[in-house]
Amino acid sequence: MAKPKDKYKVPVLDGKISIPKIVPGATAYEHMIEAQKDDMEALGFPAKLQDGWKAKAIGVFKEILDNNKAVRDYMDICVRCGACTDKCQFFLGTADPNNMPVQRQELMRKVYRYYFTPSGFFKSLSNSQELTEEVLKDWYTYFWQCSECRRCSLYCPYGIDTAEITMAARQIMDSIGLGQKYTTEVIHKVFKIGNNIGIPPAALRNTLDDLEEEIEEEGGKGVKIPMDVEGAEVLLVPPSADFFAMPHMESLKGYAKVFHKAGISYTVSSYASEAGNFGKFIGSYKSTKEINKRIWDEARRLKVKRVIIGECGHAWRAAYNYSNTMNGPFDFLDSKYKQPTHICDFTLGLVKDGVIKLDPSANDDKVVTFHDSCNIARASRMGDFQGGQFTIPRELIKAAANHFVELREGTTKEKTYCCGAGGGLLTEEIMNVRIAGAMPRMQTVKEAVDNHGVNFYALICAICKTQFTKIFPLYGFDEEMVGGIHQLVSNAIVL
Amino acid sequence: MAEFDYNGKKIETDDEGYLQNLGDWDKGLAEVLAKQENVTLTEKHWKLIEWIRDYFQKYQVAPAIKSLTKEVMNLENLPDKKEANKFIYELFPEGPAKQLAKIAGLPKPTGCV
Repeated sequence: MAKPKDKYKVPVLDGKISIPKIVPGATAYEHMIEAQKDDMEALGFPAKLQDGWKAKAIGVFKEILDNNKAVRDYMDICVRCGACTDKCQFFLGTADPNNMPVQRQELMRKVYRYYFTPSGFFKSLSNSQELTEEVLKDWYTYFWQCSECRRCSLYCPYGIDTAEITMAARQIMDSIGLGQKYTTEVIHKVFKIGNNIGIPPAALRNTLDDLEEEIEEEGGKGVKIPMDVEGAEVLLVPPSADFFAMPHMESLKGYAKVFHKAGISYTVSSYASEAGNFGKFIGSYKSTKEINKRIWDEARRLKVKRVIIGECGHAWRAAYNYSNTMNGPFDFLDSKYKQPTHICDFTLGLVKDGVIKLDPSANDDKVVTFHDSCNIARASRMGDFQGGQFTIPRELIKAAANHFVELREGTTKEKTYCCGAGGGLLTEEIMNVRIAGAMPRMQTVKEAVDNHGVNFYALICAICKTQFTKIFPLYGFDEEMVGGIHQLVSNAIVL
Repeated sequence: MAEFDYNGKKIETDDEGYLQNLGDWDKGLAEVLAKQENVTLTEKHWKLIEWIRDYFQKYQVAPAIKSLTKEVMNLENLPDKKEANKFIYELFPEGPAKQLAKIAGLPKPTGCV
C-alpha cells in the first residue's frame, strides 16, 4: 500500500519490452548509502576509504585474478559481440549504457588492461584506464545497479558469468573500505543475532506462538512450529523474512501444515534462523562460508536427519551449490535424503506419495502465474533431474490450484527477468532503479492480468516477495496478488 | 550519518534518519522525527508508538507485521486484517517499518522486509 511518491519515476505499461535509446549517465546520480563503521569492521574491512586505497585495490584485484581462474578468463575473453546488451532489465529500464552488461564489465576490464596486460600502459592502444577516484565512483554506482541475476550470462556465447565480475568488484571495494550499508549491516546481524532481521530467540518464539494461534483460529488445530528441538527429524531453515514480513509468513504457515499433516517431526532454529546468505552478494567467500556454516553446525547440534530450505532464491543457491564444498561432508545426516532439500521438492514428494492431500478447489478464486526467481532458475537445480527447478514448483502450484497460466514466453524459466532488487539491491535509496529494473517483468504481468485475469503472483523467493509487494502498487496492481507457493499449499492442504 | 540539535543536545541519526542512540528518544523528539516524515501525531499514533516501544523493550526487535496488525485490530476494534493494515498506512503512509519504527526511536528493520 505504499503511495507513489512524486520522486518516483514509474513507467507507463504498454505491454512491450523494447530496447531504449541510450541516455548516457541516466542513473549516474543513484547512490547506495555507504556502510557503517562497525559493520565494516565486523566483516574484516576497513571502516572507510584510506590513504593508499589504490595500491590496496590493485593488490586485491591481483589476488582475485590469481585465485579465481574464471574471473581472469572473463576479463580476457569478451569479444564485445553485444549479445548481452539488451538482456539486462536494468538497461532496459534505465537506458543508461553503463547498465548494458558489457559496458558495466568494461568499467572493470579497462582497469584490468591498465594494470595486468602488457599493452595496458599504452592507453590509446588498449583503451585502458588507471583506477582513479572517478573510476571508483563509477564502480560504486554501477556495480550496485546489477542484481547478479545472470540473465545476460545466459545469452553470452562465451558463457561469461557477469555476476562473478560484479561480486569481484564489490569485493575489491569492500576491501578498501567502500562498502554498502544494506548488505554489510545484514551480514553483521547474522553474525551477531543469527538472522538478517535481527530477531533474537525470545522474539522468534513469540512470533511463532502468534502464528500457531492464527493457524488454529483458521482451523488448523494442533499445528505447531517447534523451535530448537533436539532430535527432530528435520531442521527447517527458512529465510528470516518468513518470520517477520508479509506475505512471507503465509508460506511459513504452509510449511508448518505440511509437516503436521505428514507427521514428520521438525524444528526451526534460533541460531540458524536465516537461510539467506548475503555473503554471496558482496563476493565474500569468508562471510558466505561462515553464514552457511551456522546451518550445518545447528543440524549437527540438534541431531536432525535432514535439512530443508524454505522459499528463498539465493538462499537455495548458497545452500544447494556451496554447502558441501564449504562445510561438508554431511555424513552425520541421513544419506537417504538430498542434503539440503528444497521445501517445494519435499512437499511435492509428499503429495505424489499420497502422504498429504491438496484440494485445489480451495484456490478456485485465483488465477495463478509463476515468476521464476533468478538464483533458482539460472544458478541451481531442484530435485534430481535436469530442469527440476522449473517443473517442481509448477507441479506443486498445479496440485494446489486449478487455474495456472504461464507468463510470456521468453521471460520464464532460465530466461526469467529479475524482480529488480536481488543481489543486495532491495534497499530504499535506489527505489527508482528498482522500479526501472522491474519494468520488463511488469510489462508481462500487465499482459497476464489483461489477457488471463491473473490475480495471484506465486513466488519462491523472499526478495522477490518484498520487491513485488512494494512495486505492484506503484505500477497499479494490488499488492495482495503477491504470495508464496506454500501460501497456496496452506489454503489447499486437507488437514 | 547526520545530526541535528534538539533541546541543546546533538542528536545523531543514520543516513536514513533513524536514531543512532536509542536512548536519545523522548516524546518531544518523537514529534521532531514525525515532523521530518510529514506525519502529525495524534492519540492513535501514540498508542501504536507506545505499543511498539514496549514490544521492542521486551524483545529487542520490532514486531512482525502480523503481530502489529493483530494489535491494531484489538486496539481499534477493527473487523479484519485488511482494515487494520489500511488503518496503519493511513497513520504512517510510508509504512510501519519506515515511519512507525523511525518515529518510535527503533532501529530500521533490515533484511528482506
